[in-house]
Amino acid sequence: MDEIVLNSGDTSWVLASTALVLLMTPGLAFFYGGMVRAKSVLNMMMMSMITISIVSVLWVIYGFELAFGYEADSPWYGNLSFSGLGGVVNDFTNNGGVYPVPVLVFAAFQLMFAIITPALISGAIADRTKFTAWAIFVAIWSTIVYFPVAHWVFAFGNKVGDVVTGAGYLASKGVQDFAGGTAVHINAGAAGLALAIVLGKRIGWRKESMRPHSLPLVMLGAALLWFGWFGFNAGSALAANGTAALALINTQVAAAAAVFGWLLVEKVRNGHATSLGAASGAVAGLVAITPACAFVAPWAAVVIGLIAGAICALSVGIKYRLGFDDSLDVVAVHLIGGIWGSLSIGLFGASAVNSLGLDGIFYGGGTDLLVKQALGVGVVFAYSFIATLIIGYAIEKSIGFRVSKDSEVQGIDLNEHAETAYEMTSSSRGGSLL
Amino acid sequence: MKLITAILKPFKLDEVKDALQAAGVTGMTVSEASGFGRQRGHTEVYRGAEYTVDLVPKVRLEVLVDDNDAAAIVDVIVKAASTGSIGDGKVWTTPVDSIVRVRTGERGTDAI
Repeated sequence: MDEIVLNSGDTSWVLASTALVLLMTPGLAFFYGGMVRAKSVLNMMMMSMITISIVSVLWVIYGFELAFGYEADSPWYGNLSFSGLGGVVNDFTNNGGVYPVPVLVFAAFQLMFAIITPALISGAIADRTKFTAWAIFVAIWSTIVYFPVAHWVFAFGNKVGDVVTGAGYLASKGVQDFAGGTAVHINAGAAGLALAIVLGKRIGWRKESMRPHSLPLVMLGAALLWFGWFGFNAGSALAANGTAALALINTQVAAAAAVFGWLLVEKVRNGHATSLGAASGAVAGLVAITPACAFVAPWAAVVIGLIAGAICALSVGIKYRLGFDDSLDVVAVHLIGGIWGSLSIGLFGASAVNSLGLDGIFYGGGTDLLVKQALGVGVVFAYSFIATLIIGYAIEKSIGFRVSKDSEVQGIDLNEHAETAYEMTSSSRGGSLL
Repeated sequence: MKLITAILKPFKLDEVKDALQAAGVTGMTVSEASGFGRQRGHTEVYRGAEYTVDLVPKVRLEVLVDDNDAAAIVDVIVKAASTGSIGDGKVWTTPVDSIVRVRTGERGTDAI
């Protein structure tokens, strides 16, 4: 066997992508922070910050090993052991094939996915979540839900010669998910739905105005997410090559088309195209193209994005009809967008653009791929929803998941963090340093 | 002595202020206010959820004047503030018992 040498181009791109994907989580903090009321913005952003803190630490202790354990033999989880990173500085990434990229780079890149997934959930439970309960939830959920699900989807096994061992359940079934439509978005969306049910509605939901306090912050967040998403999708090629380029251009055009799709629904239904709609549409398109970005042609990415923008905009109404307070529409954007994107591969998948991909219905591949994709959607949704309900109720019954009514009405920033985001008046508030 | 209070459209403030200065008024107090009259509020839409906003931003302007000047100053404000459309605001006067200028201790009309 030829000796593999490190490819500095590939390694550089994955290193840079790692930084891009990290930026998405603070970007998400702005995106969500702008959408809540002024009295909750710091708490909303802190939920993302503490997620970065907790998941990073868990990852180097056991998370990476649980998701991508070397020579693991279970389809359901990796190794139950210390991650041991650092003893293998010069080892290459072996994930269904050997990539000439150090495994430490792969570990760092995948860490960023493990961070943003629980952070996405926080939008479903804005304004009312006890901060310590959230922190405990993130640790438990990552361990029981994200790390194993990442193994199912993203672990392609240890390849020696032509023999692959220890691939994840969905990966071995041939479910296609290039950058995380199932493991990240459906996973987070299903968990968001479960937690919105566990925590219940905010006081005054559907009675008083809960309009976003700062749309410019939402726009800033959407911009950072869009920018970082190039690392998320194109970095998932684990190489600086044509597949990465395909993922990158598909990411761009899907987001662009989805902005248009969302705004079209708004213009027709409400009479105005809104900035919140544009920001939401961009994110919906980015979500939908995530699983499909390296398996479809750019024209198909436009169609996927356009439909994603429209159906996600229409899906916002689900929570009003069913009566759950998914505050910032994690279900409408991430769950629905993730489901659509994952299934879209079964329609638009084209082996002509990616030899590792399969043909979908429109490319003469029949319904086989669509059925596989539906399996991936169903398995991840069911597991995440049920596991999150159990974790959520366990926290609710033990330490309580929700702040007191007084704290919620007065403002969660003040009561959970002893801070307020804005000085609302120019006159003195009559305090002094203690 | 009278206190004239005017509720104005915010963009009309400068015109009213200039007109009052031209009419010899030397001081005034302006504050931001919100409320509604016949104009009512407006509707905002966030991700398809429509909110009615009842309270419209306005400016409250207050001027202290001598009894003899009150009617004329009210006319100056009304003329400058009018656009002819709904939501132009209101102007009213209330009697004032006493006024003291803090710096000098002057009282009554001397303090205006």
